[in-house]
Amino acid sequence: MQRFSVPLLLALLFGALVAASHTGAIDLYIQSVIMFIGINIILSSSLNIVNGYMGEFACGHAAFMAIGAYVASILNVLLFTKDKYFGPPLLPPELSLYFFPLVLLAGGAAAALAGMLVAIPSFKTRGDYLAIITIAANFIVTSTIINMNAIGGARGFMGMKKIIFSMEDVLELPWMLIWVILGTVFSVWTIRRFVSSTYGKGIIAIHQDEIAAEIMGVNTNRMKLMAFMISSGLAGIAGGLFAHILGYINPGSFGILKSTECLVMVYLGGMGSLSGSVISAILFTLLLEGLRFVIPWINTGLHWLHLLPDAYEVSQVWKWVIIPLILVLLMQFRPEGIMGNKELSDIFPRLKRWYHFK
Amino acid sequence: MALLDINGLTQNFGGLCALSDFSIRFEGGELTGLIGPNGAGKTTVFNLTSGFYRPSQGDIRFRDRSIVGRKPHQITGMGIARTFQNIRLWKDMSVLDNIRISQHYAMGYSLWDALARTANYDRAEKKILRTASEILESLDLTRYADELPKNLPYGIQRKVEIARALSIQPSLLLLDEPAAGLNSSDVQGLIQLIRWIHETFDITIWMIEHQMAVVMNLCSWIKVIDFGVTIAEGTPDEIQNNPDVIKAYLGDDNI
Repeated sequence: MQRFSVPLLLALLFGALVAASHTGAIDLYIQSVIMFIGINIILSSSLNIVNGYMGEFACGHAAFMAIGAYVASILNVLLFTKDKYFGPPLLPPELSLYFFPLVLLAGGAAAALAGMLVAIPSFKTRGDYLAIITIAANFIVTSTIINMNAIGGARGFMGMKKIIFSMEDVLELPWMLIWVILGTVFSVWTIRRFVSSTYGKGIIAIHQDEIAAEIMGVNTNRMKLMAFMISSGLAGIAGGLFAHILGYINPGSFGILKSTECLVMVYLGGMGSLSGSVISAILFTLLLEGLRFVIPWINTGLHWLHLLPDAYEVSQVWKWVIIPLILVLLMQFRPEGIMGNKELSDIFPRLKRWYHFK
Repeated sequence: MALLDINGLTQNFGGLCALSDFSIRFEGGELTGLIGPNGAGKTTVFNLTSGFYRPSQGDIRFRDRSIVGRKPHQITGMGIARTFQNIRLWKDMSVLDNIRISQHYAMGYSLWDALARTANYDRAEKKILRTASEILESLDLTRYADELPKNLPYGIQRKVEIARALSIQPSLLLLDEPAAGLNSSDVQGLIQLIRWIHETFDITIWMIEHQMAVVMNLCSWIKVIDFGVTIAEGTPDEIQNNPDVIKAYLGDDNI
């Protein structure tokens, strides 16, 4: 019975969050922070498959997020809403609630297929050279979207809010929060099952010695294909959720900056540590949001101390000075990240008594 | 039917001929040595046999099937295992995991089974664990099962690498300089270990070795190559007295 405490606790937390959002006990801002935490968890843990467990340096994660976001949004808008490009809905809008997970998975599948764009070159290319390919893939995807006028091009794509409204018409619940939490649990669970199986550990063998892996019977090409496809597929799911939270997407949100954010989270958490990725995604999101409040305080404080000229205000842009600075300090003093390559249960073995993982 | 039949194997790297017209044939059950001075092309022979290089010319047949052009992991699956001159264990993974991952050649379940944790997955993982534990037990390595190879002494790492190769139940085991870097007492242990493996597991062993004590002690047949060309073959006694071999190792009298 004790072994079920953690899942039970998670379920209770899930229920409490949904209830609190439904009754309005937590406002929309807090809800959106929670949802972004979920999405960042998916992004960092999925990138960790390639960058942490397999030891490659993929820095175009946002590309796959973009594909998932666009495919899921277009499918939803096409199927369930009246749109000026796509015409009347093909299916009754009420069905969008039941189809939503399928549409998300379709976005994930499209992103996984796009992952082959990076996976196939990885058969022959490693390290820095593969990193360049992943950056190129990021640009290929965003530029392609910019040049497709049918889906809005650089102006972006919208209409996803209507999907949320039609879901709420069926049943009045904070649906996006529910989908994000379920998506996060699904992703972490999938990754955990993959990397804890002897099969999935093949990618760790590739990390530690690729030649030995190939010669000792690991089909390295297939394992790389699988790692890249799972990683990009989950990023696609995160993208689909992201698109529906905002209700509007444009190619600019999936550029190299977004990919860098994913990288920062992976290296902050620790390469090859799933719990590290989860912890760092939470901390990173809270830090980003926290700075939104802290920067004005710093501004006021510095003015009060007369350390700043009256005309100068510390703006929010300083966030992008503070966060990279944290990264510099992290790389200098704790290059292995918060968790190294250990899991929380390696550091606190007693935790194992509180959950049962299969 | 020969176990391994290498015929006219030639390997060129650009203009350099690393190996020319190499032939050897195993019927099964032999313990054969491959020796030669540094840079003679010994490891090239192993790299070709394990599929790491594709030969420029010649054929390698294993159990009457050509393995030229197959990928290394496929060749391993057919039953050829090898160790490396400089130990290539996965150094940050437990010894047990090292052996378990080597069971990839006969995984027995798919990605779906791993994600859904089907009955098939449980069965296959249990079998993998049993195979791995058995091999560790038989080589007296059980107490190192949870250790990371990087923390183990060199001699034990060698043994673990041999265990990893044996765990895929090969019919041909290629040992690339198993005694390299071992001290003299470890070498004695290694000689006994290889002899014991040869007798117990009923496999063919082909080894590259520099330490003459090891080769002369273990091998019943020895092949000598120099600059990629086979210069002699025979029993240890014949090789020791062969003038060509002495010349290759010690140089010529006539300057």
